[in-house]
Amino acid sequence: MQMTGAQMVIEALRLEGVKNVFGYPGGAVLNIYDEIYKQDHFKHFLTRHEQAAVMAADGYARSSGDVGVAIVTSGPGFTNAVTGIATAYSDSTPMVIISGQVPTSLIGTDAFQEIDAVGISRPCTKHNYLVKSASELPRIIKEAFYIARSGRPGPVHIDIPKDVTAEMASFTYPDAIKMRTYNPTYKGNIKQIKKAAEAIAKAKKPVFYIGGGAVLAEAGDLIREIVELTKIPTVETLMALGTIPHDHPQRLGMVGMHGSYASNMAMSEADLMIAFGPRFDDRVTGKLSEFAKHARIIHVDIDPSSIGKIVEIDYPIVGDLKHVLEEMIPIVKQKVDPDKYETWRNTLKRYNEIHPLGYKDSDAVLKPQWVVEKVGQMLGDKAVVTTDVGQHQMWAAQFYPFSYQRQWVTSGGLGTMGFGLPSALGAKIANPKKTVINFSGDGSILMNIQDLMTATEYNVPFVNIILNNNYLGMVRQWQTMFYQNRLAESVIEMQPDFVKLVESFGGVGYRVETKKDFEAALEDAIKSNKVAMIDVVVNRNEHVLPMVPTGGALYNMILTDKEQ
Amino acid sequence: MRDERRVISVVTLNEHGVLSRISGLFAGRGYNIESLTVAPIPNSDYSHLTIETEGNERVLEQIVKQLHKLIPVLKVTDHCKETVVEKEMALIKFPVSEPISDIDALSRAYNGSIVNTGEDVFIVMVADEPKRVRNFINIIQKYHPKEVALSGVVAIER
Repeated sequence: MQMTGAQMVIEALRLEGVKNVFGYPGGAVLNIYDEIYKQDHFKHFLTRHEQAAVMAADGYARSSGDVGVAIVTSGPGFTNAVTGIATAYSDSTPMVIISGQVPTSLIGTDAFQEIDAVGISRPCTKHNYLVKSASELPRIIKEAFYIARSGRPGPVHIDIPKDVTAEMASFTYPDAIKMRTYNPTYKGNIKQIKKAAEAIAKAKKPVFYIGGGAVLAEAGDLIREIVELTKIPTVETLMALGTIPHDHPQRLGMVGMHGSYASNMAMSEADLMIAFGPRFDDRVTGKLSEFAKHARIIHVDIDPSSIGKIVEIDYPIVGDLKHVLEEMIPIVKQKVDPDKYETWRNTLKRYNEIHPLGYKDSDAVLKPQWVVEKVGQMLGDKAVVTTDVGQHQMWAAQFYPFSYQRQWVTSGGLGTMGFGLPSALGAKIANPKKTVINFSGDGSILMNIQDLMTATEYNVPFVNIILNNNYLGMVRQWQTMFYQNRLAESVIEMQPDFVKLVESFGGVGYRVETKKDFEAALEDAIKSNKVAMIDVVVNRNEHVLPMVPTGGALYNMILTDKEQ
Repeated sequence: MRDERRVISVVTLNEHGVLSRISGLFAGRGYNIESLTVAPIPNSDYSHLTIETEGNERVLEQIVKQLHKLIPVLKVTDHCKETVVEKEMALIKFPVSEPISDIDALSRAYNGSIVNTGEDVFIVMVADEPKRVRNFINIIQKYHPKEVALSGVVAIER
């Protein structure tokens, strides 16, 4: 069928089953927006900034597992989107970002709103395309969705010049896709899987180290099965939270810089590390020469370049975690005796008793950890939780009782402040029946505050909880601990009246200083069914603990705070 | 881990921007490029790149894996020294005042010859193993070469 490039974009999105698109129009995408106006296959959400459009698509994708879609215009529209794209790339979110470009005849002339978009997005996308003619569009969009969701997922960027969106060409959307140069490996090598299972059977002190790949592979059920089968102690990275329910007896907690004592000690003392889809991030490993010093390592990952990148791996398995576990579990069932690890489990249990994750509560002032715990008690698995970046993010990770995958949406790899609000918007659109909570800080919340407008306009209610300490708290924590308390530019003297601010956008606001008021505010906020903001005045000098100082060994944790 | 020199061959789809993907990968991840050659493979829509690089074993392994991760890349071959034929070409410009027959004789020993002569200068071409080409360039320094242009390494597996 003959149609314009712009019509092809709409038709392709329809055929990909896209239901929600986030974006912002502009000169170079006018033809596409004209077609959006005429269709009713998907809903378009006009965000108030391109960064928020991409982050909303990201939150939508992470909380649902579908591919997120964002459309932006050329030049500044695209450059505004870049931080969102990079955020998605760092955490391997499947997304397709469509940007407009100046007409092909003007490319390279420094035209109005022209920027080399594919040049900029190349290092922060899984793949990108500059479309040269409308006849290429069906194949390119098909490939883009396929690349975004297959293998190790990631954002794919399609840059479409304005004349291409007006050009007529024949549209046939490919049914199947076969790419000569891109074929991810899904099935793990069975010999390697057997060897790994034998290593598990022989180990005395094994530990499961679960990463974000477990969420991307939808391998939660199988991971719980192998954990229950073997009763091997298990740690999760920031990105994996929810894979193992918070109260599972084998779960030691989060691992890494702000991980639990028992988790970090398990990693340090284990004789076998079984890594399911993590990437040995520096925030997890600490000092490399001391990392897993006594352990042989099994690493299952769909991305071969993740294996052996940071540490040497004894049993590398390239494959999809789900496929690999399906083959590994029956072998493990035969060979592994869970009673064998009893002493090891008891050692770690003892570690957890000596230094449990905790904080000193107070009646005089609200503790941020208490706020997170309280939200957890009140909402538990009824809520999807998003965060910004900083202390509040770590407290949410440490103290919220997660119980399933995709319940937790956070910028782990890039650590992007401003991610919380737009990703909450996307998460709520993907999960209309769930309550969505965005834990934020007084620094982060202002970085995408404009998108309160999108939330109220489309009546997408979620609750922003600002753990307000009048500081850029994580920066302040490092300055206190490692810079002799010289608080360079981390003290937030001036703040808006957050209650009035959210009200001016059409939402509801609360400022609370006591436990009682907080509970009442949260109940009221949820009942209001509006975009809400609870400005929680918390203890200013609270530190995120435990903490492994950068460059330190994982077993050398700062456990208590002299200040408190 | 010690740094070593390595030649890597890459076969990629011959499409828009593929060279910038590869050079961008090296620049962004801090890998060295000593030389890089690229040309289409005849009668196909592929190109063959030869990259001469340096790094320790872990870096070299990552270079291969990261190259392979690029969507248009079909094949990456990390050449071990024994199984690969490597050649490099050099063009060298000399003033006519230099002893032309000596230089000509020398260039023949390195698979070369005089390829162009003019009123003021003459140009010599040699094509040989990269190490030998470097050696040749060292030797001819005494003849005051005005300009040296190297092609970069081209490699093919035996």
